[in-house]
Amino acid sequence: MVMNMEGTNSASQAWAVEVQGLVKSFGSHLALRGIDLEVREGECVVICGANGAGKTTLIKVLAAIMNPSSGRVLVNGLNLKDNAEEVRRRIGVVTHQTFLYGNLTAYENLEFYCRMYDVPRRKERIHEVVAMLGVTSRLYERVGTLSRGMQQRLSIARCLLHKPAIMLLDEPETGLDQQAISMLWKALPTEGEGKCTIILTTLNLERGLEVGERLLILDKGKIVYQGSTEALDVADLKEAYQHSMRVGV
Amino acid sequence: MRFWRKVIAITGKDAVSEMRTKEIVPSVLVFALLVMVIFNFAFGARQEMMALIAPGVLWATFAFAGVLSLNRSFVLEKEDGCLEGLMVCPVSREVIYVGKMLGSLLFLLIIEAIALPIFAFLFNLAVLSLQIVVITVLTTIGFVAVGTLFSALAVNTKARELVLPILFFPVVAPIIISAVRASGLALSGEPWSGLSPWLQIIGAFDAIFLVVSFLVFAFVIEQ
Repeated sequence: MVMNMEGTNSASQAWAVEVQGLVKSFGSHLALRGIDLEVREGECVVICGANGAGKTTLIKVLAAIMNPSSGRVLVNGLNLKDNAEEVRRRIGVVTHQTFLYGNLTAYENLEFYCRMYDVPRRKERIHEVVAMLGVTSRLYERVGTLSRGMQQRLSIARCLLHKPAIMLLDEPETGLDQQAISMLWKALPTEGEGKCTIILTTLNLERGLEVGERLLILDKGKIVYQGSTEALDVADLKEAYQHSMRVGV
Repeated sequence: MRFWRKVIAITGKDAVSEMRTKEIVPSVLVFALLVMVIFNFAFGARQEMMALIAPGVLWATFAFAGVLSLNRSFVLEKEDGCLEGLMVCPVSREVIYVGKMLGSLLFLLIIEAIALPIFAFLFNLAVLSLQIVVITVLTTIGFVAVGTLFSALAVNTKARELVLPILFFPVVAPIIISAVRASGLALSGEPWSGLSPWLQIIGAFDAIFLVVSFLVFAFVIEQ
């Protein structure tokens, strides 16, 4: 049962992401059990939940890496099923895995992804994003030789190359120290011009409250709590989260 | 045109990676040479025996070397989630299939181009003929068409090194048998017309499995 559902939008508002009755199963195991979710353009939604709650599966379905078993996903009004390539063009994905080839240099990796996303003026764009993330000096080093924090910054650079309208962040802080986490958040386009719609999954409730405008708790593939971080009922939230963590463990 | 630009980007990325690490071509080549040397010692130096067993030895070597090479193809993509990185790109799954397949084809052809002259030297046979080259190229295309598909399937399993050969060899058996027969005929001096039935089987296998693998690849990697 959803403990706090807020009607945050008028019907006329443009949704960046709309998910209706999303189900994903692996054999007899139901990873997602009828997810309904709407995300406004420019909104930062945080999804918390224990390990195995279905956070990564949800991100993989939204990123068109996995097909849903049933249900509907619309991204900027485009049905994911029929327009997967166009949807992927509008999405950037950062996870605890970098999607970077360790044997190639940072530049070669970014150039490869520029080609895959048809980014114009590749060289200029690569230098622009690496400067933004402070990794220019390591651009011609092999990714495998860089620190975990540096690799994650490059992963964000990779994600920003094609100027995505929506960013899906799946536990991007995993394995990072505090300084790297702080840099990660500074690098994300969360404010001003070019602000992205962000869907973030995390195990860290405090981080979720800090960065998100709306917070959801996922438990066994279902949303059990949903509310604005500004007007949330902390007691309800903690109860829902602790319950999900106990069940998850 | 956009399709081929992205295919070339994937193949090029694999080629650069291989030039840096030398993980596939040198190790698989050493394996192929060892197999040929073992067979050479096992069957002695009698020329009539060599001519009889050479086609089988050649294709057993290439088949095992092919499996080793294909196994590595998608393993590299699994490291740090690179396969998912490819899957979130706005490209069709077919682009990924063709790009990976051409990379594997390139590596296997390089291995075969080096292994064939050594085979000719070890077995004292005229395998460096146009007929053998055509048979080798056609058979290798069929190999990698099937192997790339099964490699993508096997990479998500725990025992991937076992799963790939178990899936791969029963399917490629017709093309291996055809290649052995065609190579035997070529080595015994048969003209092209004598080889033609076997080449037709190899060509048909290539066409069927290129199309089938192209069409089903998306289902294999999207879980």
